[in-house]
Amino acid sequence: MMTLKVNGREHQVGADPDTPLLYVLRDDLKLNAAKFGCGLGQCGSCAVIVDGKAVLSCITPMVLLEGKQVTTLEGLGSVSEPAPIQRAFIEEQAAQCGYCIPGMMMRAQALLLKNSKPTDAEIRAALEQHLCRCGTHMRILRAVRRAARLMETTDASSTANRSAQ
Amino acid sequence: MPSRANEVGISVFKARSNNKFKSMNMTRSSRLIASGIAVVLIAGAAMAFAIVWRPVIPAIDPPAPHAFDPALIKRGRDLAAIGNCNECHTVRGGKNFAGGLPVPTPFGTIYSSNITPDAETGIGQWSEAAFRRAMRDGVNRKGEHLYPTFPYDHFTHVSDEDDRALYAFLMTRQPVHAPSRENQISFPLNQRPVIAGWKLLFLRRDSYQPDATKSAEWNRGAYLVEGLAHCGACHTPRNVLGAERKSAQFAGGDVDNWLAYALNDRSHAPVPWDADALYMYLRSGWHPAHGTARGPMAQVVSNLSSVSDSDVRAIAVYMADISGAPTPERKQEGEAALAQARSPSQASQTDTVGATIYVGACASCHETSRPLPYGGVNLALSTAVSSPDPRNLANVVLSGVSAVEGERSPIMPGFADSMDDAQMAALLNYLRARFSKQPAWIGVEKTVAEARRAVTIYHETSAGPRNAPADPTQRDKP
Repeated sequence: MMTLKVNGREHQVGADPDTPLLYVLRDDLKLNAAKFGCGLGQCGSCAVIVDGKAVLSCITPMVLLEGKQVTTLEGLGSVSEPAPIQRAFIEEQAAQCGYCIPGMMMRAQALLLKNSKPTDAEIRAALEQHLCRCGTHMRILRAVRRAARLMETTDASSTANRSAQ
Repeated sequence: MPSRANEVGISVFKARSNNKFKSMNMTRSSRLIASGIAVVLIAGAAMAFAIVWRPVIPAIDPPAPHAFDPALIKRGRDLAAIGNCNECHTVRGGKNFAGGLPVPTPFGTIYSSNITPDAETGIGQWSEAAFRRAMRDGVNRKGEHLYPTFPYDHFTHVSDEDDRALYAFLMTRQPVHAPSRENQISFPLNQRPVIAGWKLLFLRRDSYQPDATKSAEWNRGAYLVEGLAHCGACHTPRNVLGAERKSAQFAGGDVDNWLAYALNDRSHAPVPWDADALYMYLRSGWHPAHGTARGPMAQVVSNLSSVSDSDVRAIAVYMADISGAPTPERKQEGEAALAQARSPSQASQTDTVGATIYVGACASCHETSRPLPYGGVNLALSTAVSSPDPRNLANVVLSGVSAVEGERSPIMPGFADSMDDAQMAALLNYLRARFSKQPAWIGVEKTVAEARRAVTIYHETSAGPRNAPADPTQRDKP
């Protein structure tokens, strides 16, 4: 048994230490946002955030996650209360079939965490290893730019609220 | 120096006119000594001047592109690809051949120059004679000595007609205004005349001679490898003065925190190379018994993929010959490595952290017999795992192998963000123990930490691909 911290909650997990994180998330914890695409770390649809950085959960064995914080798309927001990155993807209608989108959003979220105003080149470089077969790439790029703006205003308003209190 | 010599000259004259009444012996001997000193000093000054001083070659108006024969330009393009010129003369985010790449050396950082035909910041005002002198003697148009990071110790062997073609190719590129960056070298090496002394010691213009006992193909390969392709610049170790140690030719060298593997009989490739394997690797960027080109070599094979088959084969034939036929023992080891790679997976063995990481993160590509270049090479065949130091393996596990833009290519995800240094060291130590016949590495965790720093810089500056396309014959790019 090991303790796995996901979206702020601790879970006791009995999986073998070489089990990929993706299987534990989907099969044991029923967190199905991260998708199984290729299982080889080549498509990006399984991306989640570990300690602030996007990693590919299909090739991240449990042994690497001792003491680390895992965040999945479910941890960012919900249907009723979407996070800025989710709102931006909805507002830009960036998904067609949607299979790659959770991975795209997690990668974009990790990018925006360390770089709140990325250039187009930086967004493209970050998303380079994510495949989308429907071809909504231009909308995805727009959504990431929109998310950056949304986060800026969200941060600004929350800072304003805090300082008002 | 010259004024000092003059004074001595005058005193010799005085001695001659005023001392006629003194002892004949005394006069003769002091006269001899004085004139001897004078001759030595004058000769010394003249020699130093001759060694250091190079004339300015007059500026020309940049020639119009149509002044060059298209066939010559095309030949120059192939030669520039063999010379891998764009690797050093292009920086990430910069224009082709416009320079600015920081080249770290033990003596400081040297920035590559702009070799586009821009009149002000490039070589637009260089005549063909000035270009040829730079290639042959490492001197720029203004007569300044160039640092040997520009490998003129190899380019000195390039023929006049190949220099002419290279000149035609470069002078017909898009001129780019990109001023050169100041080198960061400390005194006295920042004094360019010092380079003249280096050349005196290490620049050999006559070290390459065709060998009449070998085939034309071999000689073509020798001409390219020792000259324009400058393979030894990375693959030969350097002495304390930064010159290639000719006695250890192709014994392996350093470049950008990568180990350029030994290509001679000290090669650590699990399966010995032969001409056919080298040809395929240099042509396609991968070989089923050796894996995929990455790091600085990716740019080399990416460039070689656009040159003629015959030249690539000549390089392979020559390199295979000088690295020598493998001993029976080496051959056996190669067979054993191939057998291990074919044997059923031992992937259930997860008794250590390293083994567990391997099973969860690596085996799905590297031990499922998916063919190269899209599957990963079985690590029993990996030179990185059998290499004398773990740098290359650390580099590739950290940053992976990224896709070539717009082309089909092998890829590998990087693990810099999912493994810390200790975890990666555990993995590397496991790979070494399981997949190589070599002794354990020492200080792997420190190597990983250093590689993490160096890889970041390399990716920020190097404009070249970190990978080679899978099928370069399909590319439509020039």
